[in-house]
Amino acid sequence: MSTTTRTPATPGAPERRTTSRSARLLGDRRLPVLVTAGLFLVMYIVGLSRYQNYGFGDSQVFLNLFIDNGYLLVAAVGATFVIMSGGIDLSVGSVIGFTTMLTAWLVQDVGLPLLLVIPISLAVGAFGGFLMGYVIHNFEIQPFIVTLAGLFLFRGLCLVISKESIAIDDSDVSSLAQTRVPLGVGDLSIGAVVALVVLAAAFYVLHYTRFGRRVYAIGGNEQSALLMGLPLGGTKIAVYTMSGFCSALAGLLFMLYIQSGDPLHAVGMELDAIAAVVIGGTLLTGGSGYVLGTLFGVLVLGLIKSIIQFEGTLSSWWTKIATGVLLCAFILIQRVMTTRRKT
Amino acid sequence: MTTTSRWRALTHHHLFWPVAVLVALLLVNVPFTPDFFAIHMTNGHLYGSLVSIVLFGSPLILVAVGMTLVIATGGIDLSVGAVVAITGALTCSYISDQADQGALSSVLLAMGLGLIAAVVCGLWNGFLVARMGIQPIIATLIIMVAGRGVAQLITDGQIITINSEPYKLIGGGYWLTLPFSIFVVAAVVAVTVLLTRRTALGLLVESVGGNAEASRLVGIRSMRIKIMVYVFCAVCAGIAGLMISSNTSAADGNNAGLWIELDAILAVVIGGTSLLGGRFSIGGTVVGALVIQTLTTTIYTIGVPTQTNLVFKAAVVIVVCLLQSPKFRAKVFGGRAKTAGPAAPAAVAEPADSAPKMEVS
Repeated sequence: MSTTTRTPATPGAPERRTTSRSARLLGDRRLPVLVTAGLFLVMYIVGLSRYQNYGFGDSQVFLNLFIDNGYLLVAAVGATFVIMSGGIDLSVGSVIGFTTMLTAWLVQDVGLPLLLVIPISLAVGAFGGFLMGYVIHNFEIQPFIVTLAGLFLFRGLCLVISKESIAIDDSDVSSLAQTRVPLGVGDLSIGAVVALVVLAAAFYVLHYTRFGRRVYAIGGNEQSALLMGLPLGGTKIAVYTMSGFCSALAGLLFMLYIQSGDPLHAVGMELDAIAAVVIGGTLLTGGSGYVLGTLFGVLVLGLIKSIIQFEGTLSSWWTKIATGVLLCAFILIQRVMTTRRKT
Repeated sequence: MTTTSRWRALTHHHLFWPVAVLVALLLVNVPFTPDFFAIHMTNGHLYGSLVSIVLFGSPLILVAVGMTLVIATGGIDLSVGAVVAITGALTCSYISDQADQGALSSVLLAMGLGLIAAVVCGLWNGFLVARMGIQPIIATLIIMVAGRGVAQLITDGQIITINSEPYKLIGGGYWLTLPFSIFVVAAVVAVTVLLTRRTALGLLVESVGGNAEASRLVGIRSMRIKIMVYVFCAVCAGIAGLMISSNTSAADGNNAGLWIELDAILAVVIGGTSLLGGRFSIGGTVVGALVIQTLTTTIYTIGVPTQTNLVFKAAVVIVVCLLQSPKFRAKVFGGRAKTAGPAAPAAVAEPADSAPKMEVS
């Protein structure tokens, strides 16, 4: 966030043993993002050296990272806002699942045109987020519990629509899903393009608008933000509304990607989103981080998956273990950094 | 003592509302199943809706009791579901490797192994929270994410089925006409209540939850208390894991104990323990877990489609949380919440939240 150089370690502080230069480096808020970007590069190079003969170096493999994880990127961007403001949103996975179910049902069973279904789903997701934000702010209940209720509610609503998965064979949906945007070195799906647009918009909003500043301020210290006269309630509710909107959009992209609605779609995806945000270097206590870090977080998670696919012999549970180990490493890095900053 | 003051004392008891909800839920069943409260004896075993509620609710009660103490220290443990899966996976895979799956010694050894794994998970959580000072919700997220992967690694991604008579006892067996798991739960709850209410331990836990730094300054080893509490919670989850895998005679790394952490937190909240820490009620938690299990059973018996189960649960979470929120009560019931009772230890930090929970209707 700020580019001012940090003061060297004061004598007597715990980091006395380190030189002032390394202390300064560790105090730099951009460090986690750089570490994640570096990790991504290292992993990519390792992948290249191991699977060069299987076409890992193909530019389309790289672009597939965006195609296969576009929905996660959108959900993680929403989660970034919430976490940046010092909250947490556990309902992400359920809202994604519910959106796939709702759209599949509306398109397939009700027969509404896709152009009408998209705004409806987005509005429902955003309204869900708004409600959660409203309760969190007005009744001062912990975000954890309110969004937990949201998790139950949306997953339950999925099952209320149908217990069975609904396959979508609507021509609009399949043509949209198959549309490719040529890039010269390969192509991207519509979902990936939408995800990148959302990322760009979030980058602008968070780093260049008044609203973004407020999110940082509230996450940094809610009391101070209140004393400064920032509109606490409005911002908080807006953040959860955005998260709901992003989750619904992610659900739409997921629906396009998989072309079906299923009550068990995206179970636990909120954890992937939170993990991506944390690995991307956003402080879980709020107030510090970058949207670009979230992009790298998602890319690292996606790269783990595709390396495991290329490896072939490794099983999917290694993804969970690797994610957990990475999560742990980044949480510890953040911890070391925050203690340094406080002293 | 007049009748009204007795009534006031009763309604102001911290267990009043959870018990009232439980009784109301149980009564809802009666019009649909007239012999709901009947318990009959078949083949020397007691059967009946009440028995099965306790039987199926046993793992949840165990996990929730462990969670109560963690929440009392101001923390939260999201990893319990994964610990359930790891314990079950380790125990079942050890038993399935034995030539004689019925041998008592190897079953006990397998259970010991599973519980050691749970202790390791608890130590890790406690280390991250107490030593490294990481927010509990984040520290325990690590095992929540990685733990199911580890469980699947142990079972090689398969669902391991076993056929062991002694092991079957814990989760599915009967003893003295009652399900054996009820005795396990009763023992754990009794030990917990004795330790926390007959010794100073409970006070220490509440003090750490109220203000960890202040407790440290008055000479309480808050770090050690916190680590101990996370280990205890993990062991409770481990026993629940044994119970679940024993009941199904199988270890499923992916689905065992799925979402049990959320149900456990819900049980704790319904039981009147504040998520802010500093005070807790084991009895309330047991009632809360029973409320959740009864809700599930009720949904089955009154013929509501089972898929709406989660919607009901969501509604219960919201209603309970709203009732506990001082701000909501102040808005709806006109500010009576502010005058309710003396301030709790947490009052220093958050005066508005210190009013006793669940005591004002």
